[in-house]
Amino acid sequence: MSDYLVQFNNISKFFGKVIALKDVTMKLKKGEIMCLLGDNGAGKSTLIKTLAGVHRPDEGEIIVEGKKTIFDSPKDALDMGIATVYQDLALVSLMSVTRNFFMGREPMKGPPFFKTFDIEKANKIAAERMGQIGIDVRDPSQAVGTMSGGERQCLAISRAIYFGAKVLVLDEPTSALGVHQASVVLKYIVKAASQGLAVILITHNVHHAYPVGNSFTVLNRGKSLGTYEKKNISREKLLSMMAGGEELNKLEVELQEINRKN
Amino acid sequence: MSTKSKSIETKTDFNQDERLKKVSKLRLLLNRPELGALGGAILVFIFFGIVAGDTGMFSAYGVLNFLDVSANLGIIAIAAAMLMIGGEFDLSIGSMIGFAGICIAIPAIYWGWPLWMSIVFAFSMAVLVGYFNGILVVRTGLPSFIVTLAMLFILRGATLAITRLITGRTQVPGLRVLIEDDPLAWIFATDTFKWVFTWLGSMNLIALRTDGTPLATGIPPSVIWFIALAIITTWILMKTRYGNWIFASGGDKNGANNVGVPVGRVKISLFIGTAVAATIFATIQVLDAGSADTMRGTLKELEAIAAAVVGGCLLTGGYGSAIGAAFGALIFGTVSMGIFYTDVDTDWFKVFLGAMMLIAVIFNNYIRRKVTESK
Repeated sequence: MSDYLVQFNNISKFFGKVIALKDVTMKLKKGEIMCLLGDNGAGKSTLIKTLAGVHRPDEGEIIVEGKKTIFDSPKDALDMGIATVYQDLALVSLMSVTRNFFMGREPMKGPPFFKTFDIEKANKIAAERMGQIGIDVRDPSQAVGTMSGGERQCLAISRAIYFGAKVLVLDEPTSALGVHQASVVLKYIVKAASQGLAVILITHNVHHAYPVGNSFTVLNRGKSLGTYEKKNISREKLLSMMAGGEELNKLEVELQEINRKN
Repeated sequence: MSTKSKSIETKTDFNQDERLKKVSKLRLLLNRPELGALGGAILVFIFFGIVAGDTGMFSAYGVLNFLDVSANLGIIAIAAAMLMIGGEFDLSIGSMIGFAGICIAIPAIYWGWPLWMSIVFAFSMAVLVGYFNGILVVRTGLPSFIVTLAMLFILRGATLAITRLITGRTQVPGLRVLIEDDPLAWIFATDTFKWVFTWLGSMNLIALRTDGTPLATGIPPSVIWFIALAIITTWILMKTRYGNWIFASGGDKNGANNVGVPVGRVKISLFIGTAVAATIFATIQVLDAGSADTMRGTLKELEAIAAAVVGGCLLTGGYGSAIGAAFGALIFGTVSMGIFYTDVDTDWFKVFLGAMMLIAVIFNNYIRRKVTESK
């Protein structure tokens, strides 16, 4: 038995002749935050969809709590406790906080055939859960549209945790947020991990990833450039790996040339 | 010092703070989608109370008259509102009314079916049409506006063609004699609470015919159906899981899908709902008139959508209310009848209808922006 909560070993995914992912390996323990870094087109989206059960990997294995598993659908992944929070958050801005929180999984009460949506209970839980994050929802029946981007992100994460996520896959949770909002969300992610969740944080923003991550996997053109513990790598090194160090060097040379001509 | 401790209190004790609670309750009311329609209905009643208060409009007979008209529109408006909240349109409601009427009349008159069987047949056809509309929209991903517009023509054309083929005419009369003793038809054709009106008549409180029976004989079936539907659909929207799914499907179908809401099934069921509502409308009218007409229900789909919009439904889905649509129908019904009691030419009704809808859309748009506005 390994002490890893979830392992993705040598995952590959092909679309026809295109190699979208090749031999990507990620292992997470409880309470660990792994940041998956990569520029646009590095294969992040394909990897997320593979983790979420949307795509089936063509090669490699997924091991959850020591058991080898295959995800046939997003529901399978969810049932195994792997919850993915996509960029669009799956929130309806015209609907209330409570109705969003329990969307698709409404608590019910009453006799069979006359079961009703237990709004009071739902309101209570939603307000409680949001309160735990430090978001004061005075009125859980207010529309999600009135919340800030950071609050919405926290709501989506909080919902995933409430419904039994063990592994959280977060797709660019801070990309649309300002500095302050992003820090609120990052704080919440750290808090969630400290409660025993494993978090895969997908981002292209090293400045957001570095303070919170325990380990970093850099993805480039569908391949993993390796996984590094925080103590073994600096922020600058990560940055240059992500952008492709060569490319930056080339850019530097080109810029010098332009300067010389001037 | 005291102000400081107070501000801390409001922060930590947000659930207990009465001041905050009050504000949120007021906001809750303002955020309700049916508010505009409720206000509109009250204004309409005040207006006709002043302009036509001394005419027969508010006699028992007059009230039942405009309630009947409102209720008929309301039955389809409520179903249209549910579908709009679910994010889709149904432009085939009017054609479905004509089609359902023929589905009752031809088997009953020409094929010798018992009336109840014809009614069951019409409702079965409604479920089929609704299902077909729904599955087409869900599977193809085409806008429901286009799909149901096609269905509007197909159904109306088929109604006309089939009727002429079988009967050689466009109207099928002779149903009235079949209503008596039918085990099912009474649900759509009985005036209720007759004793109330008889009693009111005997007390000389309402107008009587020359033979001593009251002019208003009872609550028409449409009104009972209308009220029942308004209550049931409002309950569904506010209190059930399915209701939450309707809002979710209309608000963001990808998001809803991602969290496990069966969006396709929800939408199909709502399309079946509009077709069935059209058939309830048709059954009541056909039994009341004793005949089916191929052109019955023409343009009703637009009136239903207009009432739903006045009732607070957004054209983009995810927001609205069934009770609001009921108020919207009440406004249109009251004005369309009330206008007869005033000196105003009835030609102006459509102008009113359009203006009302325009105001409602602008108002709704404003509300939506308010609701979704970020802090």
